[in-house]
Parts: sequence; C-alpha cells; structure tokens
Amino acid sequence: MKFSVTVTLKKDVLDPQGKVVQNTLHNLGMENLKSIRQGKYFEIELDDNDQKKAEKKIDEMCKKLLANLIIEDYKVNKI
Amino acid sequence: MKSSVIVFPGSNCDRDIAIALEKMQFKNQMVWHKETKLPKSDLIVVPGGFSYGDYLRSGAIAGKSLIINEVIKAANEGCLILGICNGFQILTETGLLKGILLRNKNLKFINEDINIKVINNNTKFSNKYKENQVLKINIAHNEGSYFTNSDHMKELKNENLIAFKYCDKNGNINENSNPNGSLENIAGIFNSKKNILGMMPHPERMTDKLISNTDGVNLFSSLLK
Repeated sequence: MKFSVTVTLKKDVLDPQGKVVQNTLHNLGMENLKSIRQGKYFEIELDDNDQKKAEKKIDEMCKKLLANLIIEDYKVNKI
Repeated sequence: MKSSVIVFPGSNCDRDIAIALEKMQFKNQMVWHKETKLPKSDLIVVPGGFSYGDYLRSGAIAGKSLIINEVIKAANEGCLILGICNGFQILTETGLLKGILLRNKNLKFINEDINIKVINNNTKFSNKYKENQVLKINIAHNEGSYFTNSDHMKELKNENLIAFKYCDKNGNINENSNPNGSLENIAGIFNSKKNILGMMPHPERMTDKLISNTDGVNLFSSLLK
C-alpha cells in the first residue's frame, strides 16, 4: 500500500524560500502569481493490507518525525 | 564537575566544546550517539555542527537517536543540559525545549561575531554574568530564526526564561540588531525548570584571548559554582 505525504508550512509561518522562488518566477515573466509556499513531499510504501491500520501508521510517522507540528501541517493521500 | 559531550555524525564543534570544558576543569567524556548509556554527568552538552547533514530538518534525525532517550531521562532528573547551535536545534526537536529554529530570514548562512545581551543572570548557566551585560560572541548558522507560539512566548517572558537576546554593541535590542529574524531577538532560552539552556551563539569559541575573546568563559564558570 502506497501513500503520499505532503508537508507544508503553516499559514502564519514565514517561508523565505517560497518567497524567493515566487520573486524569481515573477522575474521570469510569470504573471498573475499570487503566492508560493514551498513544502516537502514523501512517498511511503507499507507492507499492510488493512488501509485503516496503514493510515494510522502513516499518521504516527508524520507526527513523530516527518512534520514538526509547531510550524508544519501534513496531508496524507493513498496513491 | 563531570560533563559529557554527545557526538553525532556531522557534529563539528564537539572538540571545541571539549577543549573549553577541559580548560575549565570539567572532567569530560565524549559519548557517541549509538551508546545507550550515559556516563554519570553533571552537565550534558549537545554540540554544534550539522548532524546527519541537516536532513529533513536541522536536528530532526539526531533528535530521535538512541542516546537521546538517555539525555531526556537525565534532563527530567535535573541534570544540566546545554545545547549550542545544532545542539539547540536538536533539543527543540526532542521536545526538551519548546519552539523551533527556522531558516535565517535572509536565507544566508551567517558566520559573524555579533552581540548578545544577558537577559536572565539568575540561573546555573549565567550567574557569573551581570544582568544586561553585552557579550561579543560568534554565530555560525543557517537555521537560527527562533519561532514559537504565542502562549509559549508569554511563558518565556513571564517566567524569565529568555537567556540571551541579540543586540548591538551598545545593548540596543531592535530589528537592526537581529541577525536572523528570531522572534523578539531571542538568541537563547531556558526550559521552565532552568536546567536546560539552548542557544545559537557559540560560547565555546569565546574562551581564548589568542583566537577571539573570553566572553564565553563565564558561562562555564557559572556552571562550576
């Protein structure tokens, strides 16, 4: 069973990297660019057939290591 | 005083802190991160560097290493813990200190001698300094912008848990004297019991007149008291 995890900065946390990417795209002539927030993406494969159990495990991974909940949110999707 | 310095793959200030501690007459031991037992210590230092190449987040991987369970246990029993630079980042990732160190506001690695002000000198780590004393001290980091939630910020202020703040050479604390975008110019904090200190500046680099100055010496002599 395979899942994707996207970790993004919370709304009120400064994202200077995203800002620089945004400015650079703007300089490249990309118009109507409202905002860019940079994040992290993980693909996780689990040896488990029970989706509920697997999702619980992924959630635990996110909380324990993949995301720092002080500044980051995460989203899990089955792929 | 017995001290232990924890060493991770990628630590690079471990020898510097060991030399500073030995010079101050600490009986020091180096402890590899895979150890599961800590030698009896009055002080545990988590040194600066780039543990695990800063993979995932600075300090995130080291914060889950085997020896860290022992460090947490010792901290809860009242042992003194000092985290410097990457060590501060690791301590926030373990949860021993609240908050987190974010990427510097200007996105640059900053290696500079800057000024910090002693905010609370009534602790085991800072009693040899004067209140509001201005120190000249080196910082060298990419992720040093301290961030925390507003409840914890209130706690830091109300319980006098801010150790140091960035300032200019005259002691002014403002945006111009904030090198990395830290909330409230915070350069170092204590936990609520004040037995843990995390700081981005490097006191161990300021213990020898020949190469810098001696503004870091009093941190170590405070501990010896």
